Amino acid sequence: MKRRTTTIGLVAAAITLSAAACAAPEKSNSSAGSTNTGGGDQTSGDYMTKLIADAQKEGQLNVIALPPTWANYGNIIKAFESKYDIKINSKLPDTDSQTEIDTAKRLKGQGSAPDVFDVSQAVALANTDMFAAYQVQTWADIPADNKDPEGKWVNDYGGYFSIGYDSAKVDAPANLDDLLGSGYKGKVALNGDPTSSGSGVAGVMMATLAAGGTVDDLSPGVDYFKKLNGAGNLIPVDVTPATIESGQTPVVLDWDYLNAAETKALPSWKVVVPDNAVLGGYYFQAINADAPHPNAARLWEEFLYSDEGQNLWLAGGARPIRADAMVKAGTIDEKLYGALPPVKGTPVFPTVDQATKAATYLADHWADAVG
Amino acid sequence: MSTAATRQRNQTVTRWVVLLVVGVIFVIPLYSMFQYSTRISPQNPSTWDSWKAIGQNDQLRQAIFTSLKLAGLTVLGMLVLLVPTMIWIRIKVPWALRLVEFLCLLPLTIPAIVLVVGLDNVMSWVNYLVTSGPLALTFPYIVLVLPYCYRALDAGLSAIDVATLSEAARSLGASWTTVILKVIVPNIKSAVLSAAFLAVAVVLGEFTIASLFFYDNMQVVIALLGLENSNVSVATSLAALMFGVALLFTISFIGRRPRQEVES
Amino acid sequence: MAARRRIGASLGLAPFLLYIGVFLLVPTLVVFVHAFQTNDTPAQFSLDAIRQLNRSATLKITKDTVLLSISTALIGAVVGAMVAYVVSTANQDGLLRRFVTSTCGVLAQFGGVALAFAFIATIGNTGVVTGWLNLEDTSWLFSLKGLTLVYLYFQIPLMVIVFLPALDGIRPQWREAADNLGANTWQYWRHIGFPLLLPAFLGSALLLFANAFATYATARALVNQGSPILSLKIGNSLGNEVSGSQGNLAASLALEMVVIVAIVMTLYALLQRRTSRWLR
Repeated sequence: MKRRTTTIGLVAAAITLSAAACAAPEKSNSSAGSTNTGGGDQTSGDYMTKLIADAQKEGQLNVIALPPTWANYGNIIKAFESKYDIKINSKLPDTDSQTEIDTAKRLKGQGSAPDVFDVSQAVALANTDMFAAYQVQTWADIPADNKDPEGKWVNDYGGYFSIGYDSAKVDAPANLDDLLGSGYKGKVALNGDPTSSGSGVAGVMMATLAAGGTVDDLSPGVDYFKKLNGAGNLIPVDVTPATIESGQTPVVLDWDYLNAAETKALPSWKVVVPDNAVLGGYYFQAINADAPHPNAARLWEEFLYSDEGQNLWLAGGARPIRADAMVKAGTIDEKLYGALPPVKGTPVFPTVDQATKAATYLADHWADAVG
Repeated sequence: MSTAATRQRNQTVTRWVVLLVVGVIFVIPLYSMFQYSTRISPQNPSTWDSWKAIGQNDQLRQAIFTSLKLAGLTVLGMLVLLVPTMIWIRIKVPWALRLVEFLCLLPLTIPAIVLVVGLDNVMSWVNYLVTSGPLALTFPYIVLVLPYCYRALDAGLSAIDVATLSEAARSLGASWTTVILKVIVPNIKSAVLSAAFLAVAVVLGEFTIASLFFYDNMQVVIALLGLENSNVSVATSLAALMFGVALLFTISFIGRRPRQEVES
Repeated sequence: MAARRRIGASLGLAPFLLYIGVFLLVPTLVVFVHAFQTNDTPAQFSLDAIRQLNRSATLKITKDTVLLSISTALIGAVVGAMVAYVVSTANQDGLLRRFVTSTCGVLAQFGGVALAFAFIATIGNTGVVTGWLNLEDTSWLFSLKGLTLVYLYFQIPLMVIVFLPALDGIRPQWREAADNLGANTWQYWRHIGFPLLLPAFLGSALLLFANAFATYATARALVNQGSPILSLKIGNSLGNEVSGSQGNLAASLALEMVVIVAIVMTLYALLQRRTSRWLR
């Protein structure tokens, strides 16, 4: 008797353990069957009306990695929710672009998978098979270099890498070399580790340009940070609004729109793009090919690329991709546009090949520079 | 004065000196947090604004309830899982002690960001069979608290002779439930309390797994607040600590012996 | 028969083992299998990730993590044991003990960005203590030295909480017996107190070691450049926007961490066996 109970018990245990290694059957995905309006005729006058209706039927939108103070996403989300009565589920607001893709892969087929992505260049171009093609109504306004010919991705906003500093705590740095001075001891921070974070790489590239080099060879940039670290000026702390406002990091190297967001909380915070060391970068917008709410995703993109959406990004200090077309059409918010930090010098936008080369170089040399 | 009385007085003096020195050192970082949260800034125009904002946040209030429910369920689950198992090992299967000890140390060794990939499938089953709401986190949380609770319970069980006590009770006709609940547990009260404390504290402080599975527990909401307003987030973290202390303090009164009972 | 009794007795462990199996072991195995694979889909067998553990940079990181964990475990264990001792001499039902244990319980789990900021606000550039003591340069906070200090903030309370039940097990009768035999305080502790408490002390120190070993969020908030410890290197391999996610490297590093803890545990078990021999 006991032996039979033991055997049954062991078999049951084996089944349970094997099941634990496999995924459970999926509960019916409520929007799995919704048809993609985007496949229809976009030029018809009813297109937007139909898209809005279909999106509202889905009722929700899953977004990921959109911090409220990143290019004014907090207000963008609120504006979209109140305009279309669609609830936005914003998860993992503080995570990076690669995790966006990894999460979409993890949650594939589930109702909580992200619908849309806002990712950096390297991540976007390496994962185009995850994206669904879609061209927004204002597609023609976007320069050819900033969109995928098939429509799989499109740049949404861009910025230049900058020096943000608290004018009440440190002297205004005119360029990167100034930061090597003794007045900046223990005060300079770079947002992100260049071996894993896109903004970190951009920082090293900006330093390379400032030292007179090109982004094909990042050694001048890494040398700069080695010097900065050796002087005791660079601190490896993770930059947060708290570290900036408390005075722990009175100088932060980051994208200009991210630095600009701090001025609201700290009025003495200023942003400057160094002359002739202008490192530019765009972010990439895409729709998840397995989006649980495909119509809401398309409506979201329509909203982002409408004049209202683009101006909301501008309010966050980012340069919206349709800026040139909107200036010509007079629909841009003149005050905000004029308030962007001036830029002297030709902007450099690294290509994918340059970025890949940079990644290898940094993987081999960064740890020594800041160790 | 007798030796015992001198010793008592020395102990009292030592106690207060040590606790005061350590206490002051430990309070300083908390005081710094407090100072920052009440600092006047554009986001905190008046001293107590950040603290007031805590009470006005609905999402935070809901998240606190969620975390409390999770804490309660996790403590129960942990006690039901661990206490009988650890007693059983000491009585019947002593050779398994080191194995179980190692298994209970494993959850601490594997970082949550790595484990979450493997937990995906298991959690999908929990969502399918039990619930897809935040209380599903109870199951991984019970595993998460194992290292701490095992150690606390082990310290208590090592101090008493479990084998003899249970043998004596069994020979007097007690069932295993009686042995566990009425004989062993009262003798390891402080260990059970320590284990419960740790379980509650771990659950209230847990962030990674909840955020990666998209649940809004207390720490996830606090982190979200931190992205928008640094004063409020520091105030909330400090408030969460004080809340935790108050909660554990209250829990420590459970199972208090009524005055009339005679001390063993 | 002894064998059947053994199996019967082991069945009592079944619920525990099944729960651990489903919620810990299977997820762990799923992860560790990936340590022996490539990162593409479909993944193929490869020892690349394991080989990367042998690179000099990774070995240095491993060594530094072990040293950091050992130092915070030992200091935390000693200081925590002292605090636990003075608490155990207080009234068991008293308010002091309740308050101290509640505070220790909460602080033992205090970590991450909030703890890091508490220290930044204390000894950072504009910290409270930096102002009081007029400290010149406190950027050592953002190095392994600083991490040691910050880790102690939760290691000491953790020790208090897990070691206290052992101290509660000390019977006053033992002290009385020692007094009657003419022992002084030092002799009592050396021959009776310490040996009896050693097993629990070592076990708690082991817990502190593993606790420090796996700490991630606190370290990341303070040292976000260079990944000088294992958990940071794992984080660097996963959310990597620059070179893409290297899940197999993260898995192999996690596997290495488990192996190291297993080795430490084996040493601990041997030490326990040796020191508790006379207790039987």
